[in-house]
Amino acid sequence: MIEVMFFGQLTDATGVSSVMIEEVTSTDELIQMMKMRYPALASSTYMVALNNTMVTENTIVAPGSKLAFMPPFSGG
Amino acid sequence: MDQTIQYERYQRQLILKGFGMAGQQKLQQARVLVVGAGGLGCPVMQYLVAAGVGHIGLADHDKVSLSNLHRQILFGIEDIGLYKVDVVKQKMFSLNSDVDIRTWNERWTQQHCIEFFSEYDVIIDATDNFASRYLINDACVLLGKPLVFGAVSQFDGQVAVFNQLKADGSRSVNYRDLFPLPPANGEVLNCAEGGVLGALPGTIGAMQATEAIKIITGLGQTLSNKLWNYNALTQEVFIMQLVANPVSLQHIPLSVEQFMSTDYEWLCEFPQKGIKEIDQLQWQENYFDHLLVDIREPHELPRLNSFCSSLALEWMELPLSNLENNIACLFGRNVVFVCQAGVRSLMAANMLMKSSPASAVFSLKGGVDGLAEKI
Repeated sequence: MIEVMFFGQLTDATGVSSVMIEEVTSTDELIQMMKMRYPALASSTYMVALNNTMVTENTIVAPGSKLAFMPPFSGG
Repeated sequence: MDQTIQYERYQRQLILKGFGMAGQQKLQQARVLVVGAGGLGCPVMQYLVAAGVGHIGLADHDKVSLSNLHRQILFGIEDIGLYKVDVVKQKMFSLNSDVDIRTWNERWTQQHCIEFFSEYDVIIDATDNFASRYLINDACVLLGKPLVFGAVSQFDGQVAVFNQLKADGSRSVNYRDLFPLPPANGEVLNCAEGGVLGALPGTIGAMQATEAIKIITGLGQTLSNKLWNYNALTQEVFIMQLVANPVSLQHIPLSVEQFMSTDYEWLCEFPQKGIKEIDQLQWQENYFDHLLVDIREPHELPRLNSFCSSLALEWMELPLSNLENNIACLFGRNVVFVCQAGVRSLMAANMLMKSSPASAVFSLKGGVDGLAEKI
């Protein structure tokens, strides 16, 4: 299983703060899957972390991994 | 300064392991700039002034209003209508009159960065909008200053230390590595629209002050190459390891000239989505009959003279710095703007579209750099 976590106002787009996924091979595949499942994500800005490390390119996702979707905040 | 009183004032931190008189002297000699005197800026100021940071700059153009008071707890009802920086400066004088505080009661701009960043060792982003955040981040990268970033949204907060000099001479990642471009206008709610739990900026501001004190004294490990995320509802903390993002380099101004000509208000109001960008192929096939306007400054190379004459293109040079004054000469024309990399030409396109809605206006994606092989 793979855990996917959403932070901040992304939870408004997904309706959940985390979700468990059976299997996924790569971060790109997971992002596509999440956009299909939660269409409002497609128009959102976020960065993705795999096992607490930010990813900048498509990366292999091993079973048991944790992914995080993090949006920018502007308030102060 | 009376040494006995100094010792008594700072005694509780002087006795800390690794702090001592050396740490106190570092704080006293330090120069910190805080941009924003609101929910984050107030606690940042309180802790830095209390700790004895010698010289602090504080900028905010806002005046105190009633809706600030639930989270900006330095202010009282009697301060409403006064400049925040004036109230903060006065209250900080009563907290610690040894600290030298300089204030600006005007909006922080590129000009301020160029003029004043060099006077400070650490910059603290305590602003409340993306335009200021990208502006300050880019200036810190351009001018080589460490940046303590803090931001809040509803029940969540983020803290990071960007662009800190490492032992090997390189710098830690910056905000553009995380988010190369700002989100679309209205996509991410600010405090006025989305709300914020009053105590949350207190938590995040105190974290920012802690990081600044660590940078100055060298104590501990800063949140360099890390993003610290906090949720007030669950009290959960999530720390992300950050890595350099090759995309970020494309968006950071590389020179003071580029930085000065970047319109941050516009960039954050109209991010790249939806603007009429055309690539080289589309340009050649459909828009070669449009007037090509090179908005680069005269020193930027290669110039387009021989390229345009070999293709018999109608073209002109009109640097972005002069565009506003001369924009009328483009009214009603069909125009393709070009710059070095395709960012400033988007701004020019937006400027002309606003002034002359009847014009057909395009921006050449990738700019002259994208054409290099043909020139």
